[in-house]
Amino acid sequence: MAELLVWPTVIAYGEAALVYAGELRGHRRYSTLGIWGVRIGWLAQTMLLVAQARSADGFPWGTRAGALNLLSWLLVTGYLVWGCSPRYRLVGLAVMPVAAALVVLAWVGGGTALSSHGDGWALAIHAALMLAGLASFTVAAAMAALYVFEERRLKRRDVAVLRLRLPSLEALDRLAARATLVGLSLLTAGIAVGLGWLDIGGVDAAMTVAVLIWVVYALALAVRWEAGVRGRRFARLLIAGLALVVVVLPLTHFAA
Amino acid sequence: MRLALAGVSHHRAPLAVRERVAVDLEAAARLSRSLATSDGPAHEAVVLSTCNRTELYVAGDEGVVDHADRALLDLAGPGATELAPAAYRLADESAALHLFRVAAGLDSMVPGEGEILGQVRDAFEAGSPGPLLGRTFRMALRAGRRARVETAIGESPASIPAAAAALAEQVFEGLVGRSVVLVGAGRMSDLTARNLRSRGAAISVVANRTLEHAERLAVSFDARPVTVDDLAGALGAADIVVSSTSAPGFVLGGEAVTSVLRGRRGRPLLIVDLAVPRDVDPSLGAIDGCFVYDVDALEGVVSATLEGRRTEALHAERIVSEEAARFHAWRASLAVVPAIASLRAHAEEIRAAELARVQGRLPEGDRDVVDTLTAQIVNKLLHLPTVRLKEAAISADGLLYADVVRHLFGLSEEDEA
Repeated sequence: MAELLVWPTVIAYGEAALVYAGELRGHRRYSTLGIWGVRIGWLAQTMLLVAQARSADGFPWGTRAGALNLLSWLLVTGYLVWGCSPRYRLVGLAVMPVAAALVVLAWVGGGTALSSHGDGWALAIHAALMLAGLASFTVAAAMAALYVFEERRLKRRDVAVLRLRLPSLEALDRLAARATLVGLSLLTAGIAVGLGWLDIGGVDAAMTVAVLIWVVYALALAVRWEAGVRGRRFARLLIAGLALVVVVLPLTHFAA
Repeated sequence: MRLALAGVSHHRAPLAVRERVAVDLEAAARLSRSLATSDGPAHEAVVLSTCNRTELYVAGDEGVVDHADRALLDLAGPGATELAPAAYRLADESAALHLFRVAAGLDSMVPGEGEILGQVRDAFEAGSPGPLLGRTFRMALRAGRRARVETAIGESPASIPAAAAALAEQVFEGLVGRSVVLVGAGRMSDLTARNLRSRGAAISVVANRTLEHAERLAVSFDARPVTVDDLAGALGAADIVVSSTSAPGFVLGGEAVTSVLRGRRGRPLLIVDLAVPRDVDPSLGAIDGCFVYDVDALEGVVSATLEGRRTEALHAERIVSEEAARFHAWRASLAVVPAIASLRAHAEEIRAAELARVQGRLPEGDRDVVDTLTAQIVNKLLHLPTVRLKEAAISADGLLYADVVRHLFGLSEEDEA
């Protein structure tokens, strides 16, 4: 059952990504299909997660596949909240390809027939908070990428800058900062749950990386508030932060 | 009943001809009333008069097309001979299609311009419409709204001042309270400043070569006057700079200005340079957060958006065609409405007579039940013939079907009157 839901999810997210890419090239006629792709894909993925949870007697968050799947779902859920507004619909241009890629990676990395670790609610809450935090950082990086893209168009005086309107630079900068703050709060809570309720048994690589990521994002917000680092430089910090997460986290959490 | 249109527009009539028949809304309302109530074939009238067109929409009996034509020439008075070759007249569905295109902005000088929909609405509200013109104008307004909502035809700016304001909205999250510095005077910079102000921005500083000139300009914007030499100091707090001087070299450039802009630490600043030769050193655009647009760049943006409007106009034409098809279907259904009404009246007459015949024999409590039951039977029996008659009307067989219904049920056309 779960296996059958992977491809509808990927196809719907991929279709949305293609429609948004087409819109970037001025084809607006099918833009409604983009948001429907997101909605249908999200429903299919939600059913996929439920099916996985049922078959594994608990959500299989502890595996790379399960974690990536949940991360992708959280990402799209976050986008759907904004995506309904026409002005922010094209944020999907940055979000949907990532979401589709995460689902594919999840499938390649372990399929859907996974078993739960069965480590209880504390670990489940810890993992959910950490993943929600990472999803927020991904949304922040998507906003930052759009900022860099839009700023470049304005700097280069691209004649098509008003034909395809993205959110204003100020709005992208503000939303990226807000998503980072939300992500950092979730990550803080996730780490606190991990330290407080889990039997850790010493400092390991996974914990070190989690704290490192926390420090990187906390520093990004600190330089924004204290040193006035905004706009392009802040956007680049967020993109670099997500690159760090993408490179380091799989090595420490799912290397085995 | 027929629908007629007589008018002149920017397509064929120069301004000197259009202004002969241009009327304000009050005069348009008076003319509509007089057309609709005068002796003649017209029963309904709406006059649409904008800077690009004057059109008389009239509905009435046979001969209403000539009546509308004559009314337009009367409006021109002594200039009627010049007007006649530029005037156009359309009837029935062609007239409706034209109105739909006008409301969607497809007949405008700049495709998709936003004001025409409001002008059509105002003309409709001020006019003397009846069932035919009322329906036609409501459908036109719907076509216009759909064109704006479902396509991007009206989103792009069509002039340099509007493009500058739209670019500012791409940089800033809303323009309310944004500080604008106006450098020099010129028609284009004045229009740009007013466009920005209409979106909530405040013209806070006006700079000119001499303080006297600056003071004179500053009064109309309630701004602080400064000389061009003191401009650098005003840039620290500015969000948007609009420059249009006749200076031979750069007014904004050099070490002092660069140093002020670097001191903003990436805080966005949009500089709109409307001067030829340019007022702003283009190298300022390399500073973090600083965006410099000159006349060429702005014209490029406007051209691209106009191109986009033309593409969107094709989508809007599709919407107009859909609405025109709906109008055709509605008009066609009118041909069979009398036959349908007559058939239903005939059925109701039989039902009422039969009910009256047996009413005395029915127990008190059952009368309402039988009344409802028979009404439902009649409605169900007549539902499909009604739908089929309307469908046949759309495919041009409506009158034939109506005659068949009259023949089968023994209805006469006199009953329909």
